[in-house]
Amino acid sequence: MILSRRHVVTGAMALPALAPALAPALARAEVFAGSYAPRAEAIGDGVWMVRGADAPILFENGGAIANSAFLATDAGTVLFDPGVSLAHGTALATLARRTTGREVARVYVSHLHPDHAMGAAAFDPAIVHALPATREGLLRDVEGFSDAMYRLLADWMKGTQIALPRGDVTAGEVTFGGRTFQLLALDGHSGGDLALLDHATGTLLTGDLVFHDRAPSTPHADLGRWRRALETLQALPHRKLLPGHGPPDTGAGAIAQTRDWLDWLETSLREAVTSGLSMVEAGRAAIPPRFASLKAARYELERSVSHLYPGLEAELLPAL
Amino acid sequence: MKRLALLSALMGQVAPARAATATDLPTDPLGSPMWTYHAERLFADARVVFDAQVGLAIPGIAENQRVFPVMVDARAVPDVTRLLIFADLNPIPLAIDYRPLAARAFLATRIKLDQRTPVRAAVQTRDGTWHVAGQWIDAAGGGCSAPPVSRVKGDWAEHLGDMRGRTWAEGEETRLRLTLRHPMDTGLVENIPAYNLETLRVLGEDGREQAHVTVSGAVAEDPTFTLLLAGREARYRVIARDTSGREFEALIAGPTP
Repeated sequence: MILSRRHVVTGAMALPALAPALAPALARAEVFAGSYAPRAEAIGDGVWMVRGADAPILFENGGAIANSAFLATDAGTVLFDPGVSLAHGTALATLARRTTGREVARVYVSHLHPDHAMGAAAFDPAIVHALPATREGLLRDVEGFSDAMYRLLADWMKGTQIALPRGDVTAGEVTFGGRTFQLLALDGHSGGDLALLDHATGTLLTGDLVFHDRAPSTPHADLGRWRRALETLQALPHRKLLPGHGPPDTGAGAIAQTRDWLDWLETSLREAVTSGLSMVEAGRAAIPPRFASLKAARYELERSVSHLYPGLEAELLPAL
Repeated sequence: MKRLALLSALMGQVAPARAATATDLPTDPLGSPMWTYHAERLFADARVVFDAQVGLAIPGIAENQRVFPVMVDARAVPDVTRLLIFADLNPIPLAIDYRPLAARAFLATRIKLDQRTPVRAAVQTRDGTWHVAGQWIDAAGGGCSAPPVSRVKGDWAEHLGDMRGRTWAEGEETRLRLTLRHPMDTGLVENIPAYNLETLRVLGEDGREQAHVTVSGAVAEDPTFTLLLAGREARYRVIARDTSGREFEALIAGPTP
């Protein structure tokens, strides 16, 4: 192909009209990463949530899409989920100090996904804890996550090194700085999903086992095990629940909604395979009106088709 | 020249003796840097139009750049004789060259993406005109240059050629879906030569070919095809052939009315 300079110039001038699809990329080339401005909101005595954007990971939101939480203790702040990048983790640490009056002294990473795990880079590895399965998953996937996050988030990721949590968390009761909480070692959203129940306030931090008014994501999901984990959480008495994504919940609505979506998703995809639909068609399925409040629903449905469809075809299409 | 011949070979195309000149081509609404290059080679001297009747459907996100679903429904365009699927910025741009002999201008499959690229569908009608549609899709790198999952697991040979499939009645027509286990090596991964499915043919009961799909290494590992055949037959014979000359054959019962 030979492009003259004149072609390039006229092409560029005509671009807004001719190539609307290119415009976002060009716009992005002009935009620099901003700075994270997380805000803490008290949801109980000595417990704060930091809400993520209920959206896909985008350059516009710096990947700050997951919820985090602070627990105040006499030994320092416990941070549940350190965010997506070095700058994000650092901003959360600063906010924690300002909010609780104490430095972050312990970090829990709920599961391996980068929006929850990669901000661990901002902390001393000795204080960052996770389930053994989370560490193993990160050992396997974190380089790919890192590539993907740098590609999507560019400068927001600046300086973010791969930081592995200690895979030393076991289920049970823990007392730290005078605060007692129960750790639950579950799985289903991923190979290892940590949940935390704060005894003093009855606050349940679920990580991505629970989504609320934001469609669940399934890249490492085992739907059967996820449902069992939801049953465990449901059976656990709690007063308030902070999901991995979406607003906090005081009833059982968020758990039920997550379960409802997973059930619908699985049924819908199985029916799509048995009625002969292609992946594209399965991703275009009508989303029931009861899920109208779920953000990123179409986006997550299309992702889930990608994650789950080949396996369902291998199960449901007859061997020839 | 050498490089041109190689690229043409990669595209699965015989280099046209005389290419259409860039001035004959309509301006690309996607502003792709490779539009003229591909259009000259794929469409030769034929008339080319961008046509919204060519229904190209892809997801809004390339969740897995090794397995990206593409569906082309050009049934609104009359007398389609060929249907191409290509991605401008893939190292192997042309994924599918389909001749729907006794089939509708409809095909769904999954392809690899090596970077952000336009994905296009082009159908040729009996008068020779190419009707083209396309969309940009953002994708992470490496769809074509990372080893297939079955190579990493090392079990590809155990499942090579295993097929699954079924037919469904769709109005007066037959929808056929087929999956076939194959590593679909692109030749772009170190120490793994190109090895891919080359053709997929669907024959009716009388042995006549109803659908002929030419496939390149740009189609995803363990390729999957959804076709729409005209009419209904009691049985279809599917014959796939790969670049080593291996043939994989299966019978699929027609849809129960």
